Amino acid sequence: MEYRQAKNSKLMIEILPDKCDFCGCCVGVCPEDAIELKEAEIFIIDERCTNCSKCIWSCPIEVIVFNKEGVVAK
Amino acid sequence: MKEEYDIIVVGAGPAGSMAARFASEKGVSVLMLEKDRDVGYPVRCGEAISKAGVEEFIEPDERWITAHITKFSFIAPDNTEVTLQFDTEQEGYVLERRIFDYELAKTAVKEGAQILTRAYVNGLLFDDDKVAGVKYEHNGEQKELKAKIVIAADGVESRVGRWAGLTTHIDFRDMECCTQITAAEIPVAQDTLYFYFGKDIAPEGYFWVFPKGDNIANIGLGVSGMIGKKSSAISFLNNFMEKHYPGASVLTTIAGGVPSAITLDKISAPGIALVGDAARQVNPLSGGGIASGMIGASIAGTIAGDAIKMNKLDHLLTYDNAWRARLGKRHEIFNRIKEGIFNFSDEKFNNIAHSINKIPFEKRTLGRVFRTALLNQPSLLIDVAKVFIV
Ligand SMILES: Cc1cc2nc3c(=O)[nH]c(=O)nc-3n(C[C@H](O)[C@H](O)[C@H](O)COP(=O)(O)OP(=O)(O)OC[C@H]3O[C@@H](n4cnc5c(N)ncnc54)[C@H](O)[C@@H]3O)c2cc1C
Ligand code: SF4
Ligand code: SF4
Repeated sequence: MEYRQAKNSKLMIEILPDKCDFCGCCVGVCPEDAIELKEAEIFIIDERCTNCSKCIWSCPIEVIVFNKEGVVAK
Repeated sequence: MKEEYDIIVVGAGPAGSMAARFASEKGVSVLMLEKDRDVGYPVRCGEAISKAGVEEFIEPDERWITAHITKFSFIAPDNTEVTLQFDTEQEGYVLERRIFDYELAKTAVKEGAQILTRAYVNGLLFDDDKVAGVKYEHNGEQKELKAKIVIAADGVESRVGRWAGLTTHIDFRDMECCTQITAAEIPVAQDTLYFYFGKDIAPEGYFWVFPKGDNIANIGLGVSGMIGKKSSAISFLNNFMEKHYPGASVLTTIAGGVPSAITLDKISAPGIALVGDAARQVNPLSGGGIASGMIGASIAGTIAGDAIKMNKLDHLLTYDNAWRARLGKRHEIFNRIKEGIFNFSDEKFNNIAHSINKIPFEKRTLGRVFRTALLNQPSLLIDVAKVFIV
């Protein structure tokens, strides 16, 4: 199994794009500028993410999940 | 489109449009870049604003006013309701921002600004250390465009400022994480803004019901990211609807973030200025950011236009102090009051509501209500006094 690689470990943060409202709340709190948000497209910039989870706590509609096994690369 | 602009504004929300308009009034070339395909949509807002906040920038127009507000109603955790009537000059509106934002953008265009939608800004150009333009994606193509000054009006995300080396991310505890529905057949007074407080309703934040005419209402809440560690905004919204309006017809659902903090330490740097939510110019006590963002942006737009006209780009750096003098300092006090209120127990909210209700309705002026609230929380007195003195 190949995992996505975050800044210092496996990436454990997963955004569920089908549920996302593209509101930018998570982007505003991310200390690493690790979230890219276009008009209706969102993704984590793996090499910047530190798995700090601040984006998870601030998503108003529970669209970001913590996956301790690591996010599998597609 | 030109090969190069004097000023590029990123984002066409209320702040972006006002920055573009006030800069254009100085006779410089201005382009606004907006990533969405529509200006003013999607709307992530409760849409309440004071009359004064509107009138400073645009003539009130019934086409984008859905309700005229003359009363505030606060609902304590034990359901005690306290209603306040405003003086005429404190009256407000609930807007139709989809139209309002569009009209604001039109005022910028009228002054000569241009707009390009579906233009996603994803980087900055530099000339030594000075910001000298933007990189952006448009119709699937990556492009570059030079400008003497970039104004970042990119809202809650505020990434453009980061690329210029400013610290713009906000502590998750200061982010009010919001969700809101617009629902039909909500039978509330159409001239009243309703605010609900309490640990079970919206801890470290508040819940709102704002009427939009015809019994349509914006119903939503914000809670601090700290609360979001345990329960998200949507779970509080679902509980509230279940309790108050089960089976309501929902017309729209949105999420959003309100940066409820003091303004960033630095909102300008060589070749760049930040305005509106991007600069964290929201009133941290109310979470209202339309009017204060427009004020910040009008200051930045004017200064940027002057800087170019005078051929003295350093002039842009005077924006920080100009904003601080107009509202920034005041927001620091509002923020301390907010922090005081965040710590109120449900019991304290209830006690305050009971005390205020003892004042006869016609004598319930804002000042008197404040004094009553303060008797319950004397430590806030100094901060509140400063609001009126500063
Ligand atoms: C749920 C909720 C309720 C609210 N209720 C109220 C209220 O009742 N009253 C009030 O006064 N305020 C309220 N606010 C706050 C208010 O909505 C904001 O303060 C206001 O919209 C800020 O205006 P702005 O122009 O700074 O940013 P925005 O209106 O957010 O505009 C920013 C624009 O920049 C664009 N953009 C972002 N990044 C890029 C990029 N990289 N490239 C190109 N374009 C980009 C965005 O698409 C957007 O159009 C509320 C906010 C929320 C979330
Ligand atoms: S986990 Fe932290 S660093 Fe990674 S995207 Fe979320 S907020 Fe940013
Ligand atoms: S906070 Fe949640 S809904 Fe908003 S953009 Fe991030 S993931 Fe999407």
